[in-house]
Amino acid sequence: MINETLLMNGYGLYVWSAFGFTLLSFGSLYLVTKIQYTREKNKFIAKFGNLNSERAAFAKSQSINKEILSNTSSI
Amino acid sequence: MFKYFEPNKIFSVTSKAPKYVLFLFIIILSIGLTEALILSPEDYKQSHSVRIMYVHVPAAWISLGIFSSITFLSVVGYIFKIRNFFLISKSLAPSGLVFNIIALVTGSIWGKPTWGTWWAWDARITSMLILVLFYIMYLVAWRIYESNDKAFKITSVITILGIINVPIIKYSVDWWNTLHQPASINILSKSTIHSSMLFPLLIMTAAFVLFSLLIFLMKYNTELIKIKNKGLDRL
Repeated sequence: MINETLLMNGYGLYVWSAFGFTLLSFGSLYLVTKIQYTREKNKFIAKFGNLNSERAAFAKSQSINKEILSNTSSI
Repeated sequence: MFKYFEPNKIFSVTSKAPKYVLFLFIIILSIGLTEALILSPEDYKQSHSVRIMYVHVPAAWISLGIFSSITFLSVVGYIFKIRNFFLISKSLAPSGLVFNIIALVTGSIWGKPTWGTWWAWDARITSMLILVLFYIMYLVAWRIYESNDKAFKITSVITILGIINVPIIKYSVDWWNTLHQPASINILSKSTIHSSMLFPLLIMTAAFVLFSLLIFLMKYNTELIKIKNKGLDRL
């Protein structure tokens, strides 16, 4: 059963490489996108930390800024 | 109506959605892979190589769908001056490009056991390759012009030129003699694919749609934070 699934009558190499390439592309795209997201978010948090209290209060009054700061999602 | 597309309003949703989409994607993909690699039957002619269809076909469908959506959003965004539509288009493009590349590479892998060659300058394959070039031009244009009015204009022109290629891809198998077989799945008429193969194909398509949604949401959130970063610089 396992041999049949792996070898697939001699087509295993083609089938597994097609699925492997697809999953590898998914993983790479996900990682690149996640790195870009984390980088931008860290930049935002750093910039926000450098604001003086008056500007920080003004920036915090915008709901989207609050969302970015409060969003602790790991994705 | 367009006020509902304001980034400030939708960020609260888009920032929380990825983890749920990722969870759903993993479940659907697991079911799809089990169906595609183990449970679905082999083809009487192509044997097990037919399983490549479960990644090749959804990838091709989604890359075409994303490019059509990008064109629609760019044109509507340009006419009605809705910047957020450009942001959505820009966030959709990377997954569209990756699905286009997956369709070409898996098609090439499928071509070797089926046609005896990795590549042929056949109408369908060539037009899909042209679509990759349009995706690259679109993304490079954003990289060069960043987020200004020139970028909106240039990317809209690229998508309008590129969309001419989409019906060519779709009907190339009917218009020319190609190595590709005609469509097996038709919305308006009876499909020629058996339900035992149609089911895994639809499951895999759903998984791929969820993945492109996941990447779109992550990209869109990144773009919004980028804009907010620029906003903080101006404070």
